[in-house]
Amino acid sequence: MRSFKLRRDWIHGWLLLLPALVFLFAFTHIPAVTTLINSFFSTPRGRRPSKFIGLDNYERMINDPVFWKVLWNNLWFAIGTIPVSVALAIVMALWVNEKLAGRSFVRMAYFTPTVLPLIAVANIWMFFYTPGFGLFDQITGALFGWPASNYLGNPDTALNAIIVVTVWKEAGFFMIFYLAALQAIPVSLKEAAQIEGAGRWTIFWRITFPLLMPTTLFVCVNAVINSFRLVDHIFILTDGGPDNASALLLFYIYEVAFRFWETAYGATLTVALLILLSLLAIGQFFFFDRKVHYK
Amino acid sequence: MLKSTFLKAVAATALSFSTWASAQAVDLQFYFPVAVGGKAADTIQELTNEYVAQNPGVNIDAVYAGSYQDTVAKAITASRGGNPPQLSVILSVDMFTLIDEDLIVPFDDYLTNDEDKKWIEGFYPAFMENSQTGGKTYGIPFQRSTPVLYWNKEAFKEAGLDPDVAPETWDEMVEFGKKLTKKDANGNVTQWGVRIPSSGFPYWLFQGLAIQNGAILANADGNKTNFDDPKVVEALQFLVDLSTKDEVMAPGIIEWGATPKAFFEGQTAMMWTSTGNLTNVRDNAPFDFGVAMLPAKETRGAPTGGGNFYLFKGASDEQNKAAVEFVQWITAPEQAAKWTIATGYVAPRAETWDTETMKAYTADFAPALVARDQLEFAKAELSTYQNQRVTGIFNDALAAAITGSKDPATALKEAQEQADQILNEYR
Repeated sequence: MRSFKLRRDWIHGWLLLLPALVFLFAFTHIPAVTTLINSFFSTPRGRRPSKFIGLDNYERMINDPVFWKVLWNNLWFAIGTIPVSVALAIVMALWVNEKLAGRSFVRMAYFTPTVLPLIAVANIWMFFYTPGFGLFDQITGALFGWPASNYLGNPDTALNAIIVVTVWKEAGFFMIFYLAALQAIPVSLKEAAQIEGAGRWTIFWRITFPLLMPTTLFVCVNAVINSFRLVDHIFILTDGGPDNASALLLFYIYEVAFRFWETAYGATLTVALLILLSLLAIGQFFFFDRKVHYK
Repeated sequence: MLKSTFLKAVAATALSFSTWASAQAVDLQFYFPVAVGGKAADTIQELTNEYVAQNPGVNIDAVYAGSYQDTVAKAITASRGGNPPQLSVILSVDMFTLIDEDLIVPFDDYLTNDEDKKWIEGFYPAFMENSQTGGKTYGIPFQRSTPVLYWNKEAFKEAGLDPDVAPETWDEMVEFGKKLTKKDANGNVTQWGVRIPSSGFPYWLFQGLAIQNGAILANADGNKTNFDDPKVVEALQFLVDLSTKDEVMAPGIIEWGATPKAFFEGQTAMMWTSTGNLTNVRDNAPFDFGVAMLPAKETRGAPTGGGNFYLFKGASDEQNKAAVEFVQWITAPEQAAKWTIATGYVAPRAETWDTETMKAYTADFAPALVARDQLEFAKAELSTYQNQRVTGIFNDALAAAITGSKDPATALKEAQEQADQILNEYR
């Protein structure tokens, strides 16, 4: 009787889990495993079925200069976007947390870029960057008499131009999390510090910032994921060019898999991305865990 | 009670009758892309509706599938999923890719009598180069274009040039360009002489230069490229020189999308771009403009571009027959004329230009004839097996040379080596 009841509980439990499990497997685990398997096979073409080729795809990846270039670009993209957007988010959150005139308007203004789809954002910035009659050139031309620029068409500036758009888009989103966190910090802590004679900087550095650490962890994990995930604007702004100067890893994967139709090599690159992301996520949790103070 | 049963029975009969009726009609799914703005999508939809209204035996579901890139991705994915469209407009250069993926069937099986064979011969040969291989016809030209040179007549007048004469040769283009390039007091250029856009797919306009210099970029079997041909290197050097040595074109990669706007704004006095922009320029240029063939070096020359109709595998014989009939109808003179006028695409058959509608249009707007006349000198657009990848390599090489990170000869030599590696298995 008891074992029967146990088994019923057991079935009951699994049934409750089933819907979530089905989705988790159908959209996460099975595709990931299939991708891994595909990376060991050649790309099937209509007239030539795929065959097992072992590590050939991985060898090709190691020898592919474009792969290393996009990986390097991605590193710069991460270095360029994460610290700046997080720092900006903190500054903006601190500012709109104060009592100031038109506070909700400023908050909304900061948050607007987040609401816009990235494709729309890219089209707006496309106009900003346009050589000659774009917004930036009109301003710098009228104020300083600068010549027409070509930020997107120059391999030295294309990636930076993309980084600026990303920071603009992301900072407002992270600000919302910091704003929520700031409002959860008890005022009494700040007041106590003020009685002790602490200055604004000391209060921020010793009280506010440490208490924001859980949020910073969350935001950083998101920012790292985003630095590998956000590629929509590249399609509009540069299409990865010139000569792959602004291509990122995910963009390259799309290009290989759905433009060149080399699905097997695309799968191999995806495995590389998966490994990279898991390493980063694990690393971040270990690194931050020591510094984060949960209440 | 009895009444409601009776009603149900009637409804059931009516329902089964209507499904029977539609089962008699042939259903076709037809994907089409839109690469230029304006009325293209509406026009295709209108034409399709007109055809369906005239032919009750056929149902055509015209699906707007996004850009060319989206459309081929959709068609390939749908085919792999076992649900291919019966008909699709896809870039003519994707022919080898579609053959390689084993997704399309040639039109020849459905074009058996003499009349049909004549029909094929009615298309401009320049367009058919990208539509036939191995003696079979895989594509029927539809939204096809070719690049032409647009020039600002007012800017020409200001620079002391004859406003009605476009540059005939490369040298003239540079010479005119130097006169047309204007600088302000600070030494900043306010108007460039010429603009050859190079973002995204620089190979297309560059191919114009290569053909003019007497080079062919790929063979007709689609398995060998000639990227490192000295004539191609020379053409690329000319393109690079336009902005570095002659200083008649803006340096760096030049954006496609902003090109017509730059022309309207007077940022450039001449531009190379697709005839697909003709209607756009006509509607929006605030000045008198002219349209000319691309200038010549050894010869005149231009690539063709744009999309063909393809028949997909997996359709029944009946469906394919119906699809071919639809293609024959939509490329027929009256329909093609409507399409050309709405978009600026070049009508792919000579007879279209003899219709009253087209005659009235070209009498009123002579530039529309330039693209047609240029077809005599036009060559196949660069197309190979694994086309997107090979073209991608070529694009990267061109971008590297244009931005000065590699010199033309090195960039092209590397591109040729990479292309050889890919195409080896198709020889």
